[in-house]
Amino acid sequence: MNTVIFRTIAPYFTSLMVLFSIFVLLRGHSEPGGGFIGGLIAASAFAIYGIACGVHPVRRALFFHPMAISAFGLTLAAASGLPSIAERVPYLTGLWVFPTIGGVELALSTPLVFDIGVYLVVVGAITSIALALEEREQL
Amino acid sequence: MAISVSTGVDISRAMVETPLTAADWLIIAPVAFPILAGAILLMLRKRVAVQAAAANATLALLLVLTAALLAHVAGAGPQTMTMGRWLPPFGISFSVDLTGALLAAAAAAVAFACGLYATLDVDASRLRYGFFPFLLMMMAGVNGAFLTGDVFNLYVWFEVMLIASFGLIVLGSERQQLDGAIKYAFLNFVATTLFLIATGYVYGAFGTLNMADITRQMAAPPPGAPVATIATLYLVAFAMKAAAFPLNFWLPASYHTPRIVVSALFAGLLTKVGVYALLRVMVMIFAEQRGLLADWIALMAAATMLVGVFGALAQTDIRRLLGFLVVSGIGSMLAGIALASNLGLTGTIVYAVHSMVVMAALYLAAGIVGRRAGTFDLRGLGGHYAASPWFAGGFLLLAFSVAGLPPLSGFWPKLMLVKGAIAGGLSWLAAAILVTGLLTTLAIIRVWGFAFWRGGAEGIRDGAENWKLPPLAGGPAWSAYVSFGALVALSVMIGLSPEPLARYALDAAIGLSAPDAYVGSVFGGAR
Repeated sequence: MNTVIFRTIAPYFTSLMVLFSIFVLLRGHSEPGGGFIGGLIAASAFAIYGIACGVHPVRRALFFHPMAISAFGLTLAAASGLPSIAERVPYLTGLWVFPTIGGVELALSTPLVFDIGVYLVVVGAITSIALALEEREQL
Repeated sequence: MAISVSTGVDISRAMVETPLTAADWLIIAPVAFPILAGAILLMLRKRVAVQAAAANATLALLLVLTAALLAHVAGAGPQTMTMGRWLPPFGISFSVDLTGALLAAAAAAVAFACGLYATLDVDASRLRYGFFPFLLMMMAGVNGAFLTGDVFNLYVWFEVMLIASFGLIVLGSERQQLDGAIKYAFLNFVATTLFLIATGYVYGAFGTLNMADITRQMAAPPPGAPVATIATLYLVAFAMKAAAFPLNFWLPASYHTPRIVVSALFAGLLTKVGVYALLRVMVMIFAEQRGLLADWIALMAAATMLVGVFGALAQTDIRRLLGFLVVSGIGSMLAGIALASNLGLTGTIVYAVHSMVVMAALYLAAGIVGRRAGTFDLRGLGGHYAASPWFAGGFLLLAFSVAGLPPLSGFWPKLMLVKGAIAGGLSWLAAAILVTGLLTTLAIIRVWGFAFWRGGAEGIRDGAENWKLPPLAGGPAWSAYVSFGALVALSVMIGLSPEPLARYALDAAIGLSAPDAYVGSVFGGAR
């Protein structure tokens, strides 16, 4: 597996896949896509990077421990239901804001925050498992 | 930047329109709060110093929240919040009645005591591997199961609880633990699969997963719906989770392997979630089918009680012995489900609360004994009465309580169950309960006699000078004694004044056998 071609192309490939995963995540609100599938794509990107260049560079590139990323995602997802308190509607109700930033109207919502949370949970959990397995292989 | 919800469309036919009050948030708080706190603690899992303090503060607040929820539900009747504002049965409802609220409050009390004990029992390496985040996630799962009003969501919370408990059971990765964890995980997966198959049937037959909606439709089930099959599948799945005979063998094979505080949590909480699910699904939803299966449930109950207690009599490891006593207690709870009279169900609910408190306390006591003596084997134990008479006295109270002697907490539910069994014409079931009580006394007094009463381990003469037990080491000893003492005090309190608990449990039982208020809280009283 450890050919020069693979090692050279892997970082570019990984960044492309992460970019694509974010596209899939943001697209997910009303079209196919979303946090779960986006998270899987990003996790496979890190797994490929790990296969090509070893586990240590992946861990350094991620900076945070994958489980911490996962936990942050869970925090986001759970907290995305909290703005409902202010609106006096049930937990996890979809609430929207439409701020105009630089002349462009953005549609931001609590389901988006929830989806980003799911994305991070999946990225963190699957990357954590993948890196642990790859580490074992290299021993 | 105004938050807009309505867009000029009439949403009253799709969405909940009544604004929520602060009290409504109590319905979801016991689930959302531990998830949030657990996730934050998982991010901070390398900061070992803050873990225990933060987790115990969370568990204390959880106890306050569940107690407030119980008081609210006791005053205002069943409460429902439907997630995402969609009208039920399309949104996922959390419906809390007295049964759920009572068990959630008891679970929070036990978890708080165990969290305190964990400051002694769980070392830094296990803290780094996320003991407290797992514990909080498990509490979210347990509370979710008690509070949800949707049968698929119940499955999800079972899974959350199981995954977190897998984490707890393998924490430390000792050989024995992995062996126990595989039995535990495999058998639980089989049970969850049956649960999921039954839920698939429910959705196919009724077109809904909302428990109140299914209950409503069960008045006139859709023609051709395989309700008896569904009910039987649920019975097998939940009985397996509750560790009822003949599907009980996974429990004594795994509960003695992890840290003692984990065993205490499992013994206190997990099997009771299975019993709760039986109450909710078999008694409330499939009442008629439960009637058809009642003889089998009664047989299962008697067999579980006796197999459990005979198993306990045969053991020499305290932890395994207690595991069999947990199984035996499940038998008593099943007896009430077999009867399904108000008295029987009240007995089951009171027994569940009693068993949560007392079994967890007994495991914690075993932990203290084992930690001081360096072994859990009855043959190597002795001298604990001389070493700390107060602790020994507390253990004796628990022993009488688990055996069902008055005036402790185990007596009242057994009294209700025996009376209920005789009133229901099942004298043999009443006899089984009484015989089990006698044998339980023998099993647990054996522990008292060997570990506490005699002067030293097997072969050491009483009063021998050389038998000295080391003090409780490895962490703050007070936390172990305080958590143990609090649970003993709770058991004594329930025993001396059972009236409030019995009244709540009776109302809960009535709410299960006549669930109009429960259904009304979801769909509005008119329908």
